[in-house]
Amino acid sequence: MGIFSKFIAKIKGENAFAPSDWQDLERELLASDIGPTLTQSLLDSAHKVKSENAQEALKATLTSYLSTQSRAPITNPEGMTVVMVVGVNGTGKTTSVAKLASNIKSSGSAVVVAAGDTFRAAAVEQLQTWGSRIDVEVVSGKPNGDPASVAFDAVKRAAQSQAQYLIIDTAGRLHNKSDLMAELEKVKRVVEKVAPVSEVLLTIDATTGQNGMAQAKLFAESVSVTGIILTKLDGSARGGIALAIESELNIPIKWVGTGESEADFAVFNASEYIEGLLA
Amino acid sequence: MFDSLSARFSSAFSSLRSRGKISAADLDATYAEIRQALLESDVALEVVETFIAQVTEKSTQVLSTIQSGSNQASAIFDVVNSSLVEILGGSARRVRFSKNPPTVIMLAGLQGAGKTTLAGKLAKFYADQGNTPLLVAADLQRPNAVTQLQVVGESINIPVFAPEAGNGIGNPVKTAKAGVEFAKAKQYNMVIVDTAGRLGIDAELMKEASDIRDAVKPDEILFVVDAMIGQDAVRTSQAFLNGVGFDGVVLTKLDGDARGGAALSIASLTKRPIMFASTGEKLSDFDIFYPERMASRILGMGDVATLAEQAKKAFDSDKSAKLEAKFASGEDFTLEDFLDQLSAMSKMGSMSKLMGMLPGGGQMKQLTKGANFDESEIVRTKAIIQSMTPRERQEPKVLNGSRRARIALGAGLKVSDVNNLVDRFSAAQKMMRQIRNGGVPAGMAGMGMPAMAPKPANIPPKKKSKSGNPAKRALEESQ
Repeated sequence: MGIFSKFIAKIKGENAFAPSDWQDLERELLASDIGPTLTQSLLDSAHKVKSENAQEALKATLTSYLSTQSRAPITNPEGMTVVMVVGVNGTGKTTSVAKLASNIKSSGSAVVVAAGDTFRAAAVEQLQTWGSRIDVEVVSGKPNGDPASVAFDAVKRAAQSQAQYLIIDTAGRLHNKSDLMAELEKVKRVVEKVAPVSEVLLTIDATTGQNGMAQAKLFAESVSVTGIILTKLDGSARGGIALAIESELNIPIKWVGTGESEADFAVFNASEYIEGLLA
Repeated sequence: MFDSLSARFSSAFSSLRSRGKISAADLDATYAEIRQALLESDVALEVVETFIAQVTEKSTQVLSTIQSGSNQASAIFDVVNSSLVEILGGSARRVRFSKNPPTVIMLAGLQGAGKTTLAGKLAKFYADQGNTPLLVAADLQRPNAVTQLQVVGESINIPVFAPEAGNGIGNPVKTAKAGVEFAKAKQYNMVIVDTAGRLGIDAELMKEASDIRDAVKPDEILFVVDAMIGQDAVRTSQAFLNGVGFDGVVLTKLDGDARGGAALSIASLTKRPIMFASTGEKLSDFDIFYPERMASRILGMGDVATLAEQAKKAFDSDKSAKLEAKFASGEDFTLEDFLDQLSAMSKMGSMSKLMGMLPGGGQMKQLTKGANFDESEIVRTKAIIQSMTPRERQEPKVLNGSRRARIALGAGLKVSDVNNLVDRFSAAQKMMRQIRNGGVPAGMAGMGMPAMAPKPANIPPKKKSKSGNPAKRALEESQ
């Protein structure tokens, strides 16, 4: 039984909770990475809760911080759906691109992926290995080539092969590097000359702390992020920063990555996530 | 939410400094502020609490002996600073070289922490000091991790031992062992073993890592951790400490805007020193970790030591010496010299990165809305100077209207941009002459960064514009 459940059990019974219980609860909430601000706000709510359904009440409070945006994938009704996957280095973009492609393919749609990470050594090969593993076409350019031109060519290639989806992988970049963010904006702009970008997915590593907020904010400003892929949720990290992002920036988590195989990928489930935060 | 740790510290201390005498309530408020700041930068709660308790105790002792408020404030600042340095690892420790080469360094960490890139950086760092490192590709898990290490090795001319193609095939323990044997036979004096990223809670993979450790008997196991990691740093570092063990920590992606938190938690809980810091995309963006510098950076005192070092690297010492000699001999500072300086400055990194290292830079960043400096201003200024002929760069006086129009065309900018630069430059030149002649310049405006220079509208015209003023005429012609 998690510390949170223990705490709830105490509220349910005698209301006999000591200051040390509150400290334990604070510790537990902070440990989930939701951040000190949300933690304080939750503690305030917890102080007001009296009743049998304390656990439900707190879950409801947490749930109320979630984004109100739809979590359904955005598609292009008039033609090929173009999805860009963006994020900081090492958050799992390439793996997520492969998983997403595999997911779309198994639902019966034709999908092509573009190896737009021309910067990191062997990133293109990494995606190609994935491509042959999941049997999806990978369009690539030259190493250190212009990522915008790879993406542009990929749109044409995908259209030729009558794909319904094109997923563009991009190089990892730190959100505070304005030149790299400008490059990303250019990729999107160039693609949009030939096809609208329906969805921009940002990978957030579940182990990320409060910096995840800055990442989401700056990527959203640059390329209008439409959803989050919360990666590496299979570890001991609970990914609480995503809740803070949902609450503050109203960007919905759409997908969750939980492992190294293409099957370790699922649509975001709000109640599982919230329960995980309190585990 | 976005307040950086250093900004919060700065504000906490500046409110202290403005007090005549510090009351217990002032202190409590300051500690509360520090607590919040540390939590927001992902320091684990238990570490925060220990830290605050430690600092409170020490500063209470110190304060009783000091009377004036401002001295008290600086005493508390010293206590906080020295406590930070202490937790962050005292003084930086170097890698222990084995008496019987090769020295074996093993890397371990979570997926995406940056191990493979770091392996390359570490190899370059030691090769530059005259060592002969060998990289061993023992990450046989992640698709094309082996290829990535090979590409990295090739780019820095470091050999890579990679008998297995990877992608899930091959035995990492055997590969690592064979790599060390190979290094021994070929007399490399250092081996850096890259391993697969793994979760702290994955017992099977953790066992594999400890098997690699037992097979290669590393002199140093380095735990590679992303500076952006949150509260999980506690569990993960503990799991790696128990599972594989490590002797030192490497913080990666420190060029991001997350800083401090994880370092403080890990160093404090595992008692292992942070040895290296990785600070950029280039393989040379890597250095020994300096606890004092990190503490200063956290406290908003800026990282002047690093800045000075970067400047030394970026500014060609020959050129600097020439410039100094030129200045001393009474020659004028020319646009050519200015161009050299601009190029050197861009080599040092982005303005916003440099700003973060300056004392009070954190607050200055906030003043400018945390926004980037207009980095493109440097690019534009360089474009203008590069569009000039050598003579024009030496003698800006010859810049008449048609020359200015040609330069503007060449740089892809407006004539008014060229005029701005020339005006600012002559103001700076004039000021430098004054300095040389022992005079104190009237105002420092005009010198320094182009982006920070005042708009020309703020500069009073030096002379009444004569008819045929080239700047004016070129402007008129261009309209």
